[in-house]
Amino acid sequence: MTELSAHLPQFQHGQLTENFPDNHLSNTNDNSERRRHDNSERRRNDNPESETNGQPQNRAQQVVEQDEEDEELTLKYGAKHVIMLFAPVTLCMVVVVATIKSVSFYTRKDGQLIYTPFTEDTDTVGQRALNSILNAAIMISVIIVMTILLVVLYKYRCYKVIHGWLIISSLLLLFFFSFIYLGEVFKTYNVAMDYITLALMIWNFGVVGMICIHWKGPLRLQQAYLIMISALMALVFIKYLPEWTAWLILAVISVYDLVAVLCPKGPLRMLVETAQERNETLFPALIYSSTMIWLVNMAEEDPEAQRKASKSSTYDKQAAANQIQNEDADMDDGGFNPEWEQQRNSRIGPLESTPESRAAVQALPSNSQASEDPEERGVKLGLGDFIFYSVLVGKASATASGDWNTTLACFVAILIGLCLTLLLLAIFKKALPALPISITFGLVFYFATDNLVQPFMDQLAFHQFYI
Amino acid sequence: MTAAVFIGCSFIAFGPALALCVCTIAAEPLRLLFLIAGGFFWLVSLLLSSLVWFIAVQIGGSNNASVKKNLLIFGVMVSVLLQEVFRFAYYKLLKKANKGLMTISQEETLPISVRQLSYVSGLGFGIMSGVFSLVNILTDSWGPGTVGIYGDSPQYFLSSAFMTLAIVLLHIFWGIVFFDACEKKKWWALALVILSHLLVSGVTFQNPQYEGSLVPSYIIMMLMATWAFFTAGGSLRNLKLCLMCRDKDFLLANQRPR
Repeated sequence: MTELSAHLPQFQHGQLTENFPDNHLSNTNDNSERRRHDNSERRRNDNPESETNGQPQNRAQQVVEQDEEDEELTLKYGAKHVIMLFAPVTLCMVVVVATIKSVSFYTRKDGQLIYTPFTEDTDTVGQRALNSILNAAIMISVIIVMTILLVVLYKYRCYKVIHGWLIISSLLLLFFFSFIYLGEVFKTYNVAMDYITLALMIWNFGVVGMICIHWKGPLRLQQAYLIMISALMALVFIKYLPEWTAWLILAVISVYDLVAVLCPKGPLRMLVETAQERNETLFPALIYSSTMIWLVNMAEEDPEAQRKASKSSTYDKQAAANQIQNEDADMDDGGFNPEWEQQRNSRIGPLESTPESRAAVQALPSNSQASEDPEERGVKLGLGDFIFYSVLVGKASATASGDWNTTLACFVAILIGLCLTLLLLAIFKKALPALPISITFGLVFYFATDNLVQPFMDQLAFHQFYI
Repeated sequence: MTAAVFIGCSFIAFGPALALCVCTIAAEPLRLLFLIAGGFFWLVSLLLSSLVWFIAVQIGGSNNASVKKNLLIFGVMVSVLLQEVFRFAYYKLLKKANKGLMTISQEETLPISVRQLSYVSGLGFGIMSGVFSLVNILTDSWGPGTVGIYGDSPQYFLSSAFMTLAIVLLHIFWGIVFFDACEKKKWWALALVILSHLLVSGVTFQNPQYEGSLVPSYIIMMLMATWAFFTAGGSLRNLKLCLMCRDKDFLLANQRPR
């Protein structure tokens, strides 16, 4: 959409200046939004009058009359951006699957989170089903409550609370969870390690991570850290969620994502609308970004904005951290999960744009010339999407009898779901959630491959028949 | 066993496919997308054929080994037919997508030609097929064990790897010939592709007599390779020019002096 593209640079600026508590599943929204922005941005760049914040309709006309080259460029860049998303998603999944396959800690049952109090070690199948439904219901209601809490916090401008929350949550993730991970990896490979070296390693890892994610750092390093923390979160989920509960939660989260993003009264949508009313941008914290051009722009115009931008990137973490803090001190429970999700959710928000908000945003000055080059404009994907995709593939590799066949099938299904989501985004040009299609495909392929394909391939391999 | 067999077999089976991907697919994001989509289509066809086989087994319902084997053969045939159906469906989808893209961009030429698409889709089908056939066997080969301790063939891993290689390459050639046949409405070529696929699957029923299965498969692969080469526009003259580094088009494209 041209209007979206028109206000994308301002939007980004705005976002950088804004402190947003975003709590939720709008990674997808964010994604689609971003993707949409990118598409429209490309077209806008080729528009000779790209500097005017004209009527969206006019812009649309100009878009239609674009140079043919631009459309081909659009397609090529569209494909390029899809691949730019495939790479980190694949990397995160590879890290998670590699860990699951080698480190037995993450497949060992060591209790459950307090959000899933009902056990699945029951005598009857019916009881187990009931328990998992109750677990999933509790988890989802916690997420909804947290999201609403964040929307309320944001509405009443309790920015400091959110800041603190995000910083503490990212501290926890970068130091404590990576310490546990490293410890388990050393145990698996029987590596002798002293505490002093370990402390040095963890300290460096954590501090560099905090700096990269919340402030400035090389782009690749920041991307790597975001992938690592997504993988760590996914591993926590895989470890502490019992089987049936995990699948149910995945399914329900996709539905919730769909509802929260598309319904008029969804918390994400309300969050975005509030943000737009105040002329603040949604905070892009905990979003994987493939470019950092906006930071360059920001440095030139508004040091204040830049400070805020870096702060906003901590919001999600802080929110998540806060949530964890608010929970019991029992770290093993990882009070992380729902809070963190909400963090993420609220943070990214449903990027619905209303005509008023668009007009408001378009009224902002636009000096983002640097980011108009289509090659430099990147795509963004919320970390929550990374996490849930990795949870699905990780659970598939941990518990499937078809083993690698199932893992690969889920992997391909998720990638194709992501591709379809991006395609729908390009067609409908409105905020769409990224979780539903991929997770649905992933779940369908998991159960189908595990129960139907695996016995078939097994028999074929046994007789050495080839299809 | 262990690492040597694992690495050897995986590279036998997937080496050419990997090389093709690195040289031709990796640089172009559009081709990579179509490759993954092709793999997805193959996967869906496998899912449906497994469903058919599963239902047949439930209905057949006996524990007799020969009945099971016959049902498996039936499953294999159904699977081959479904794969070709999905190849046709993918062709139709790609044509529609390309037409849509053309109308959007109002260009004369497609962003990616049907020939490239046929190659990419064939490669996608082949890679998914190979991976699904071989990956569990490869993970077994990593660990310790003795092959053929109960009287089966000790060349299990090696023959599986070679057969998978044949299948991967065959899918590429089938893809090229299939799409060309659909473009030019040469239904006899289409039928021949389907027949050759059935034939290759059929000869694998002779395993573990590998002379009976591997040799015919490779012969069919060579024949399909030449057919695909000529279908894709190759000729003896082109081949000679290419091998003697005198192919002007290729050299111009790569900015190398003759």
